[in-house]
Amino acid sequence: MTSPATKFGLGLRKPHYADFVEGAVPVDFVEVISENFMVPGGRPRDILRRVRAHYPVAMHGVSMSLGSADGVRSEYLRALRALADEIAPLFISDHLCWTRIGGFNSHDLLPVPYTAGSLALVCDNIDRAQNALGRTMLIENPTSYVQFAHSEMSEWAFLSALCARTGCDLLLDVNNIHVSAVNHGFDARDYLAGIPFDRVRQIHLAGHTQGAELLIDTHDQPVADRVWLLLAAALERVSDVAVMIERDDNIPPLGDLLAELNTARAIAREGIAAWA
Amino acid sequence: MGMIALQNDFCDWLRMGADDGAGADDAAARLGVSDARGLSVYQNNYRAQLLGCLEESYPQLLAWLGEDLFRAAAARHIDAQPPSSWTLDHYPAGFPEALRAQFPGDPEVAEIAELELRLADCFIAADTDLLELAMLGQVDWDLAQLRLAPSVSLLCLHTNAAALWSALANETAPPQCEYAAAPSHLVIWRQDYVSCFRPVDAPELALLDRLQHGLPFADICAALVERYGEDDGVAQAGALLAAWARDQMICLAAATLRLETCP
Repeated sequence: MTSPATKFGLGLRKPHYADFVEGAVPVDFVEVISENFMVPGGRPRDILRRVRAHYPVAMHGVSMSLGSADGVRSEYLRALRALADEIAPLFISDHLCWTRIGGFNSHDLLPVPYTAGSLALVCDNIDRAQNALGRTMLIENPTSYVQFAHSEMSEWAFLSALCARTGCDLLLDVNNIHVSAVNHGFDARDYLAGIPFDRVRQIHLAGHTQGAELLIDTHDQPVADRVWLLLAAALERVSDVAVMIERDDNIPPLGDLLAELNTARAIAREGIAAWA
Repeated sequence: MGMIALQNDFCDWLRMGADDGAGADDAAARLGVSDARGLSVYQNNYRAQLLGCLEESYPQLLAWLGEDLFRAAAARHIDAQPPSSWTLDHYPAGFPEALRAQFPGDPEVAEIAELELRLADCFIAADTDLLELAMLGQVDWDLAQLRLAPSVSLLCLHTNAAALWSALANETAPPQCEYAAAPSHLVIWRQDYVSCFRPVDAPELALLDRLQHGLPFADICAALVERYGEDDGVAQAGALLAAWARDQMICLAAATLRLETCP
């Protein structure tokens, strides 16, 4: 079923650095959190260079703040560009969200209202970032815990418009779709139906946690059953895509993550029946 | 509400402190969001992220103060100094100064924090071409300008914070806290990608201080000859140079390597 061009990867996290440095982990690529390596030097940069010698690396950011009403910061873009020029990444991605305004940085992925005004703003910021980076970016659908009453379109329509206007591509996080769908009461199948899959270059898988009242995107659990179903549905619509698992807390032995990645491979190869 | 106003208002909510329920409802109405419970998730995430950042950055200080005292100090700091940089790596930098004000009668608290901060900064300091031990014979010492590697810094202490930190890091019983009549100094640097520190005496401290801005080796010799006499001074200069090179603390400020030419 799946195209041989489909790639499977894992996030590079500290407990597994030594394995990836050796180059013996059976993955097609690794993804790094860009900001963890946007440092002057030392061990982090050394690790990244050594991992890059074995694997293609996708750079995934959390601080570009593409939804900031006062624009993206040149200082940040310069530092990201410098890192990208050094490691020639497979992709550069960040989220449809904002993290900062003025002199305050929340370090959290905050929600954007889906209006014509914010669409124009985010498009301007993506244009500026893509120009500064000299590359097409992937934009990831966020998890959200609130919806704005004055939103004028769905999240998937907003993402679709971003692609059309800026030429950006998409990083589709199927766990985020599930979490937001449960929290906001929409149907994840409608979300997938509205996504321009010809622009999807990467897919994120992750786990979440049931909070007191809402699902929380914690990346500290195995991929949930409903998320595997969404992966299967997504892979029916796209080939030549890079699928990876994000695990940021409660990090298990590498073998556990590789077993999860094998589930993704089986779903890609044989469809959801392989997983069921 | 325009986007700038909305985002500023959202951030005001994040920084408000613990949610009292009614605050979330007011904020939800003001921001036009569907669900006050969701706003509380963002507020919790914001504070948990900063607290986690401080705990991860200051593990020995956390052990010294204990969880309750550390978290109370961190909460006051988070309220007083919201983050501004794009990277969380910069957030811990303001904590030692805040602790100095929060614990005026316990100077070791801020000093343990300052030492942890310097070790962390040193860990990610810029790489450079170091002057290696094997290169010493190739240097034209009449011209050589030395400078400290970017990872090197000097720290002045008024307590036995270094001994406290070491004991805590080794998970052994820390010594009694002591306050010194005269300050002592540490040099902190990175060797083979590992952060290190050791005490320095006054003559070495003076030289390291001057090396921060580049210093001819001839000046180092002159300073030590003046202090120890001709023979001992030159020997001391050689020994220090060898130690700094072995420890990966110095580099050449200018291209003063002798070029080997074919006969």
